[in-house]
Amino acid sequence: MAENYKYTITKKEALANSIYLMDVLAPRVAKNCYPGQFVIVKIDEKGERIPLTICDYDREAGTVTIVFQAIGPSTQLMSQYEEGEAFRDFTGPLGHKSELIDMPREELSKKQILFVAGGVGSAPVYPQVKWMKENGYDVDCIIGARNKDLIILEDRMRKWAKNLYITTDDGSYGFKGNVNECIKDLVNNQGKKYDLVVAIGPMIMMKFVCILTKELGIKTIVSMNPVMVDGTGMCGACRLSIGNEVKFACVDGPEFDGHLVNFDEALQRLQMYKSPGGKKILREKEGATHHHPGCECHEE
Amino acid sequence: MDVLKKVPVREQDPKVRATNFEEVCYGYNLEEAQAEASRCIQCKNPKCVGGCPVNIDIPGFIKEITNGDIEKAFKVIGQYSALPAVCGRVCPQESQCEERCIRGIKGDPVSIGKLERFTADWAREHNIKPEMPKEKNGRKVAVIGAGPAGLTCAGDLAKLGYDVTIFEALHEPGGVLVYGIPEFRLPKETVVKAEIENVKALGVKIETNVVIGKSTTIDELMEEEGFEAVFIGSGAGLPKFMGIPGENANGVFSANEYLTRNNLMKAFDKSYDTPIIAGKKVAVVGGGNVAMDAARTALRLGAEVYIVYRRGEAELPARVEEVHHAKEEGIIFKLLTNPKEILVNEDGWVCGMRCVEMELGEPDESGRRRPVEKKDSEFVLELDTVIMSLGTSPNPLISSTTEGLEVNRHKCIVADEETGMSSREGVFAGGDAVTGAATVILAMGAGKKAAAGIDRYLKSK
Ligand SMILES: Cc1cc2nc3c(=O)[nH]c(=O)nc-3n(C[C@H](O)[C@H](O)[C@H](O)COP(=O)(O)OP(=O)(O)OC[C@H]3O[C@@H](n4cnc5c(N)ncnc54)[C@H](O)[C@@H]3O)c2cc1C
Ligand SMILES: Cc1cc2nc3c(=O)[nH]c(=O)nc-3n(C[C@H](O)[C@H](O)[C@H](O)COP(=O)(O)OP(=O)(O)OC[C@H]3O[C@@H](n4cnc5c(N)ncnc54)[C@H](O)[C@@H]3O)c2cc1C
Ligand code: SF4
Ligand code: SF4
Ligand code: FES
Repeated sequence: MAENYKYTITKKEALANSIYLMDVLAPRVAKNCYPGQFVIVKIDEKGERIPLTICDYDREAGTVTIVFQAIGPSTQLMSQYEEGEAFRDFTGPLGHKSELIDMPREELSKKQILFVAGGVGSAPVYPQVKWMKENGYDVDCIIGARNKDLIILEDRMRKWAKNLYITTDDGSYGFKGNVNECIKDLVNNQGKKYDLVVAIGPMIMMKFVCILTKELGIKTIVSMNPVMVDGTGMCGACRLSIGNEVKFACVDGPEFDGHLVNFDEALQRLQMYKSPGGKKILREKEGATHHHPGCECHEE
Repeated sequence: MDVLKKVPVREQDPKVRATNFEEVCYGYNLEEAQAEASRCIQCKNPKCVGGCPVNIDIPGFIKEITNGDIEKAFKVIGQYSALPAVCGRVCPQESQCEERCIRGIKGDPVSIGKLERFTADWAREHNIKPEMPKEKNGRKVAVIGAGPAGLTCAGDLAKLGYDVTIFEALHEPGGVLVYGIPEFRLPKETVVKAEIENVKALGVKIETNVVIGKSTTIDELMEEEGFEAVFIGSGAGLPKFMGIPGENANGVFSANEYLTRNNLMKAFDKSYDTPIIAGKKVAVVGGGNVAMDAARTALRLGAEVYIVYRRGEAELPARVEEVHHAKEEGIIFKLLTNPKEILVNEDGWVCGMRCVEMELGEPDESGRRRPVEKKDSEFVLELDTVIMSLGTSPNPLISSTTEGLEVNRHKCIVADEETGMSSREGVFAGGDAVTGAATVILAMGAGKKAAAGIDRYLKSK
């Protein structure tokens, strides 16, 4: 590791097999970031620019928390870094903060909000749930994963969510079924009423959640994670079709009205740089975040 | 030697260079430079100087080359320009200094750009550093963006004694010089980095990974961090697309993405992690310098490449030298051709482009003849990759987060042409952020004027 790298890892924790949490020293980012935004990390001289959502921040300590899944060459290399070591670059906060944060308080207090986190999606959902509670609003939250071992941030989330529902595809923990079945159960069987869903997870999960919430007539916000390069609006790699418009996820998002997102196009664009190696790893790791039927990882 | 002709410059063989990323043009050696320099007749009233946006004392530095005192030639240029090795390579000399050279009336103009490049390269190879600033005055100025405008402004302010910090959004300073213009025209390590080191040697600090408008704002810099003035040199980096069907298919890129992957992220070098989809049959839509750079990059990555441009050869906005190089290397020009639709296969990838032939009609408001579609002339170009190079516009990140900063309808920051002063007190701007996409030397000229403007402003405060 080069000596002049300044973004030091102050804490590292393995949350699950191949999912890691790190606190990274980045005072400028920590000072001005909000839930919903993301950073770009470049590990070393030759590394890619890797976008990761901000999972938490400590303005006083000047640290930002990231949670990532080691699924390809870059994130695997990142997972080998230890406390005390440092990354070359750490830029942010990028993108817009969650729209909840700027919503008039009166409007927000009337909203019944359900957060839906799929796999590593717990990381970006966490700071929003925490922010809501800290500002006096109760919210419900679903964490879904393939099996018990892949449920992350449960304890932390329990501290802030009014009701926390865990669901696993194989029923090894909590409710048995994918997140959509859990949403249906809450709404249809448990008499829950929501007027806003915030769903963050693998793109394929967000797609199916949006199909369901459209049927249920519940507005839904999703956080899009397309391929990015610069993260500042310069390259257009992250472009998405939102309604009739083309938007850049990095500067116009990453959060959008899920009912306007063209998910099929976005899923297709996500395939562009998928290395055969990366796909294989993803399958071998049993697609920790890709627990939804219909995901291309389970096909072939 | 024929005094009417330029001393020819040595170049890499087109067949060889089409397969590598090494510099196309080798530049002059001392002997060639002196021969070329001797063609300058040292005009009393040198017209060439008026053609240079930073008014380099051209006969002054050329005389020193003739005398064999290259170090002195470098010092002469250094009074006007902080990036001579860059400008000597990428300035559109043929329409600036050289266009006005008296030698050009009968014969070739003096090769001013190549002489400037020679001088800067020689100085670098002989480890000659620019002159150090005089005393520091301790007053802090922030510069946003480490492109040519920002680097020039910062360098000039440092020379005047200011304590200057450049904030750059990307992980490397240089702006378009590092992410846009390819290695084969402008070597990054030897040329760009060295000139940035020279700016740093003047005492300028560069903080990378800071996106103004996100990581911090102009207001915070001025109110909390003690910067008394700010210069915005954030460029015009936002890519445009055509809005035709199929444009979001896999295999369609903006020139910015393609070039950034290759230049900034060094995708052509397999030891770097960022991938690039090279393509086998590539169309680059557009006819400017950026289009030529994207086309020649794709060619070097192994593709067969078309330039698709809706006007004719004479209207190509790219530098003549670049078009010539592109043709030599085997780029196929489909002129008077306009894309209508990008065709997509069942996997979501580009498989072709439906185009229409054009002919030139009446002149439009830009004075160029307007291209109009030829009837029944549609055809399909089979392709697997399309690169859109339709120009760029300024990024609204800064203007949207800085209250009171006036922009025009093209999102360009409004600034006084002479002083660089914007509508916000203490905030100055210049370069592509103000003019829209232009040239390196115009951006440098604007950075220079703004440095003087900031100096006057702070002295009177
Ligand atoms: C705004 C944004 C926020 C993100 N936040 C997080 C986060 O908080 N935690 C986290 O673990 N990941 C997050 N990602 C995804 C993360 O950036 C990618 O997983 C990472 O870049 C993969 O790099 P790699 O080299 O390890 O894998 P690669 O070799 O590039 O890819 C390995 C496999 O990962 C998949 N993949 C590649 N890129 C993406 C992507 N953008 N999204 C989903 N899958 C992808 C592909 O299936 C591929 O086969 C985010 C992405 C974006 C754009
Ligand atoms: C591919 C290509 C080829 C070209 N070829 C030529 C040529 O041959 N000859 C020629 O003269 N000109 C050429 N040009 C044009 C020339 O490069 C530009 O006109 C010139 O670089 C403009 O300089 P600038 O300093 O204004 O902006 P830029 O060079 O664009 O630099 C702006 C810098 O500001 C940074 N920035 C932006 N927003 C922020 C923010 N919010 N916070 C912090 N930093 C920020 C950017 O990351 C960038 O580093 C070319 C341009 C391109 C794209
Ligand atoms: S800076 Fe450009 S315009 Fe000025 S003398 Fe040099 S090459 Fe000519
Ligand atoms: S106009 Fe030409 S000949 Fe005259 S001083 Fe300038 S470079 Fe020399
Ligand atoms: S990542 Fe480049 S424009 Fe969004």
